[in-house]
Amino acid sequence: MAQLTYRDAVSAAIAQEMLRDSRVVLLGEDAAAAGGVFKTTVGLFEQFGPTRVRDTPISELAIMGAAMGAAMTGLRPIAEIMFSDFLACCWDYVANQFPKTRYMSDGQLGVPLVIRTANGAGARFGAQHSQSVENWAMAIPGLKVVAPSNAADAKGLLAASIRDPDPVIFFEHKNLLGNKCEVPDGEYVLPLGQAAVLREGKDATIIALAAMVPRALKAAETLAAEHGISATVIDLRCLVPLDTKTILEHSARTGRVFTVEENPRLCGWGAEIVSIIQEEAFSSIKGPMVRITTPHIPLPAADRLEDEVIPSVARIINEVRKALGK
Amino acid sequence: MSSIAPPPSAANIPEATRLELYRQMIEIRYCEKRAHDMFLQNLVKGTSHLALGHEAVAAGFGVAMNKDDYTFCTYRGHHHTMARGASMLSVLGELMGRQCGLMKGKGGSMHLTSAENGVMGSYAIVGAHLPIAAGAAWSAQYRGTKQVAAAFFGDGATNIGAFHEALNLACVWKLPVVFVCENNGYMEYTPIGAVTAVANPAADRASAYDLPRQLIDGNDAEVVYQAACDAYAKARAGGGPSLIECLTYRHGGHSRADPGKYRPKDEVEEWMKKDPVVLYRIRLLQAGIAEATLDEIDATAMAKLEAATEAAKASPPPELASAYTDVYADGGAAWRN
Ligand SMILES: Cc1ncc(C[n+]2csc(CCOP(=O)(O)OP(=O)(O)O)c2C)c(N)n1
Ligand SMILES: [Mg+2]
Repeated sequence: MAQLTYRDAVSAAIAQEMLRDSRVVLLGEDAAAAGGVFKTTVGLFEQFGPTRVRDTPISELAIMGAAMGAAMTGLRPIAEIMFSDFLACCWDYVANQFPKTRYMSDGQLGVPLVIRTANGAGARFGAQHSQSVENWAMAIPGLKVVAPSNAADAKGLLAASIRDPDPVIFFEHKNLLGNKCEVPDGEYVLPLGQAAVLREGKDATIIALAAMVPRALKAAETLAAEHGISATVIDLRCLVPLDTKTILEHSARTGRVFTVEENPRLCGWGAEIVSIIQEEAFSSIKGPMVRITTPHIPLPAADRLEDEVIPSVARIINEVRKALGK
Repeated sequence: MSSIAPPPSAANIPEATRLELYRQMIEIRYCEKRAHDMFLQNLVKGTSHLALGHEAVAAGFGVAMNKDDYTFCTYRGHHHTMARGASMLSVLGELMGRQCGLMKGKGGSMHLTSAENGVMGSYAIVGAHLPIAAGAAWSAQYRGTKQVAAAFFGDGATNIGAFHEALNLACVWKLPVVFVCENNGYMEYTPIGAVTAVANPAADRASAYDLPRQLIDGNDAEVVYQAACDAYAKARAGGGPSLIECLTYRHGGHSRADPGKYRPKDEVEEWMKKDPVVLYRIRLLQAGIAEATLDEIDATAMAKLEAATEAAKASPPPELASAYTDVYADGGAAWRN
């Protein structure tokens, strides 16, 4: 075990898989020689060379298309889209091409690739470089959607995504890239579709993803220490496959459910989760389920405004207390 | 440009190859006509974009390819799919939404796919498959297999960003990919000249990517075949991509039962005189091939078509359960546990 940052865990996972499988190749803007604008691919170009680690032009369509063509014909490409906001430029591939090819071809073709992209707020980049768009991807049948909250998960889930035979959209959270934790040294692969129960309590179940996970944990600590509320915290880790077993089991145990979502309110992933819980665990639910989300607005740039709208530790604490009347 | 004169370089195409070009064209012609009839009989549902008039492009490229080369088509892709060896039954069956279809009814007319024959899909989002073909070429280059990818697309596709992104990337990475524009003069109902900055939508863009300007008679199967062979040889030798604009015309409307009224009558008549199948038959007869040989090819193709039509009509619709298969690689549609 070594302390690694989230960003170093990303490059460690890629290196691990490239060493293991010569079909794995990487492409993206500034991803090779420069090591990525977020420094998540540092050292790979030096270690694996320009045939496997390739810089591309500013051509999001070409990046996605090239990755798909390569994936359909025997390679395991990892493509980087610098900011997840830019997925809007090449959404055709995400929405129409990657996820539908297996189905439309009646299983003749598959698209085993990973799209890595920097997601989320915290860097004060404003409305076109800060969005959380994991719920966009979740809405498309045929994709897998992964969003780790810590360095160890980043390594294990990225490795799993690269090995996975389906197209995976892998959201790396900008605001977590510098966070460190213990990361297993050797080959490390986690299963996709297993949520992590980070803390167990009896009063409330807080369900979070990516950068909202550390906030949910902090909120749970304060709720326990200062307000006599003991909360379970679930890190979903993947939106697809969705670990509904864990969600339903732990929601039923406390009967009070809170989702903490960075995506804007409408059709955020929490809406789907709340809907599943009400259909399948209704009798165990003791009060209204509460969605704590970014409001339905574009993201502002100023630090004061960004901090106001992204769910904060204080807001999570307040919402839980309000709902439980404590 | 004369449609009939054989190009000098095409003079020594072996007879077997010439007959194969002819056979391909006749089979495509018959099958596409049948598809049209069956659409009018409501046996083919939804939509279909026929390639009647485009046969020479498909035959020329199809015959020039190796078995393991990759083809990427548009929604107007029946001809290329058949030219790679997919059976009439599997194509007609897919158009009809039957169990015997290439994808058992899960893709339909616009998405014909036959991976075993190198047809890596037909794409209905204009331009999307050009970068994908570049990616398949990248994979072939990386694996060192000498395979070549071809992307076929319309004149309209040259005005979408993916065309330009794919060309630039393919050139920068020197990828073994051939970009083939089937310029039939129209993007749906609009004449291509009315919406394009240059006269020849693909050829006139080649210089932007440091590629030679290639504008050919897309109704001459031998001209197409020769251009295809040259492009394949270049790609296999590591010389990178080609961009070839083939001038052609569709005999029918854009899709479904479109009567194509937006096309001037005399323009249609001029192009009907340049029917690629008719012209090639004349060419072969002039070259001394016996009429009986061609008649036999025609008859065999028609017999195949009749058998395929009957078999497709007799084929059951797909199993309902198949609507829920092959969303994910595990064969199913499960997004949750
Ligand atoms: C991105 C996109 N825009 C528009 C359409 C609708 N559309 C389908 S075919 C077509 C015309 C394409 O013309 P061209 O590329 O010349 O091909 P052709 O149909 O003539 O073979 C259009 C506009 C589409 N399918 N995809
Ligand atoms: Mg056209």
